[in-house]
Amino acid sequence: MVATPELGTDLLSWANFISQMFNGLVLGVLLALISSGLTIIYGTLGVLNLAHGAMFMLGGYAGYAAYQATGSYTIAVIAGTLFVGIVGIVMERGIIRHFYSRPQEDQILVTFGVGIVFVELVRHFFGSLALNVPAPGWASGITSLGFMIYPTYRLAVVGIVAIALVVLYIVLYRTRLGLIVRAGIEDAGMVDALGIDVYGVFMIVFGIGAMAAGFAGIVNAPVAPITPDIGEAILVQTFVVVVIGGVGSFPGAVLGGLIAGEILSLTSMINPSYSQVMLFAVMTLVLVVSPRGLLGSQGRE
Amino acid sequence: MGFEIGRTGIGRISRREALMLGAGAAGSALLAPYMMLPAQAADHPALGTYPEGSSGDSVFVGIAVPRTGTYAAQGEDEIKGYELAIEHLNNGSELMSKISSNIKKGVLGKQVKYGIADNEAKPNTAVQAQSRFISENKAVMITGSVSSAVAVAINKLAQKEKVIYLPCISGSNDTTGKDCTRYSFRECFYAQTAAQAIAPILVKNIGKGKKIAFLTPDYTYGHTVRQSMEEALGKQGEWTVATNQISPLGTTDFSTYLLNVANSGADVIVNINFGRDAVLSIKQAKQFGILDKMTLVMPYNTPFIAEQVDPDTMAGVYAGTDYWWTLANDEKYPLAKMFNDAFSAKYGSNPEWGANAAYMQIAMWADAVERAGSFYPPDVIAAYEKGVEIQSTVGPVKFRPEDHQLIRPVIIVKGKKAADMKGKDDFYDIVEVVDGGPLMQAPDAFGCKLGDAA
Repeated sequence: MVATPELGTDLLSWANFISQMFNGLVLGVLLALISSGLTIIYGTLGVLNLAHGAMFMLGGYAGYAAYQATGSYTIAVIAGTLFVGIVGIVMERGIIRHFYSRPQEDQILVTFGVGIVFVELVRHFFGSLALNVPAPGWASGITSLGFMIYPTYRLAVVGIVAIALVVLYIVLYRTRLGLIVRAGIEDAGMVDALGIDVYGVFMIVFGIGAMAAGFAGIVNAPVAPITPDIGEAILVQTFVVVVIGGVGSFPGAVLGGLIAGEILSLTSMINPSYSQVMLFAVMTLVLVVSPRGLLGSQGRE
Repeated sequence: MGFEIGRTGIGRISRREALMLGAGAAGSALLAPYMMLPAQAADHPALGTYPEGSSGDSVFVGIAVPRTGTYAAQGEDEIKGYELAIEHLNNGSELMSKISSNIKKGVLGKQVKYGIADNEAKPNTAVQAQSRFISENKAVMITGSVSSAVAVAINKLAQKEKVIYLPCISGSNDTTGKDCTRYSFRECFYAQTAAQAIAPILVKNIGKGKKIAFLTPDYTYGHTVRQSMEEALGKQGEWTVATNQISPLGTTDFSTYLLNVANSGADVIVNINFGRDAVLSIKQAKQFGILDKMTLVMPYNTPFIAEQVDPDTMAGVYAGTDYWWTLANDEKYPLAKMFNDAFSAKYGSNPEWGANAAYMQIAMWADAVERAGSFYPPDVIAAYEKGVEIQSTVGPVKFRPEDHQLIRPVIIVKGKKAADMKGKDDFYDIVEVVDGGPLMQAPDAFGCKLGDAA
């Protein structure tokens, strides 16, 4: 018998280290994308969107429905993303905007409630059993990377999500809208005083943030099947990522996502049950050393 | 109905009388059991939901199974088994009377009503749901489980509330071991028995001295199955453990665990995951190329896994199970055929082992209550504890009084390629029906202390 098989000390090999590093990257880019959606919403609107996990879940289900109707992965991704974007905009117009001037506790409660409504609606219409969206033909199967065998689609996810992050970067840093958003993160009052319709921008930002989560939701669907409660665990990790990276910071969300992915993967070499604990431990450490997170700005209070 | 009782013979009635009534009521020996009931009720103090729960012309059974989450598919299968069994009880059926000639229409002449709740495979939710059935519906019996964590929690509730509880799917050694109670009776076997049954077959077919990677769900079921398998395979085949990957119940992405397995140097994956966790871990293991290098083994076969994963992935996989429907092809198991026929007539598919466990639990409860002649819980428990042999879909079985564990066979199956399947649902060949009785450990080996009946 191996003395302590649970600790898996025999798994601390270079081959496993490289495999887990790579896997951490795959987990990390996905967390980065979801977190950047959450962080730009919070940064701009000041609203902590606890329905963000439900947005991720909705993206998966909307994509699933589109896939069932058309059989096309591409259409599923587009439909999932757009649907959640629209849900985000409707949610902002119908509910969130009435809460901008109300205390933060009210915002947290209302978004939490909306999240529950989304989850239960999906449960009602789709049931509780896990549903699958198959990987597209060009990305199904397995790829040998020499040091490891890896599912081709998970490799593709890195590329697909990287493209989405680049698009998000261009929108935020190379467009007038992005300029307003970033100015809004720094000081929403000043942007308003300059005569810019800051509330119109808020609506669009909420839509974009939701779309990021929805896109991640459908892209992730072939990796792990969708269930109505899939967003709950993701939401918690996303918050940790945002805190590590710095609240309101897009680059921080990306960096935080990658760090979180590596923590989850590499800790599991020692013992998978410690990986969540380690995630929170690192978050705590970051908060002690740098209370605003790694790349947090001085702006919004 | 009275004629059927006559057919079973005077001897049986006399024995029941001796148990139930004592000398004072011996004069009623020739009456049918349900006619004794009014006299009976007066003799017993109120206990649990007795006599309230059985004072009308119907009794209520509380069913709580997972209908959401990881174990939802298995929970729905159990519901089918329960509904068929209760329908058979209420209308009278040939299968029920073949299982036990004591079983009549209804239970002690009363119709059985039931409620179904979603226990989400969570102990807290399950305790709340069953507590409601007990307090609001005065349930005379509660049943249902897919998670052993739920089973052991309801074991304790049943003991506290003095209401009989029948776990359905539950593989942990704790259910009738460390966490056994006087009020709980388990149909499916110990993890220990399953391990003892499958180990020799694995050693014979896969070889000696193999290295194991365990995939273990992180709760009582996972840990006890892992322990029993490790001991049995170590002792019988000198197998050693390369790694034990413990994942939380409800994991959807197994990538980090599977990479550890891929790099562990193991020859065999013993996958203890159940329900959706089992489906996803196997699908993903295939995607990570692990199943090409390592042999997969399932000590507890999850219902529906072959159709959910795909038959070719499960081809050649050895698995232990409580029931597989092709048992009916062997004429030694006539009740399996009757059960399959009734089940597929109602639902259009063959039963899985959750449905079988549910059906048999209801049938064996009806038998025990009829033999007790009363719903008074200590009498019902005493009837169970007589360990009377009963016919089941898997042949004759009986309860072991010391730990309330059914002595029953373990069925070892092996996955078939899609090309070899004869019709739908023909996912497995039955390798062996292993007699469970001789394999069982001593009743107190896992620390079972039953507690009091009253």
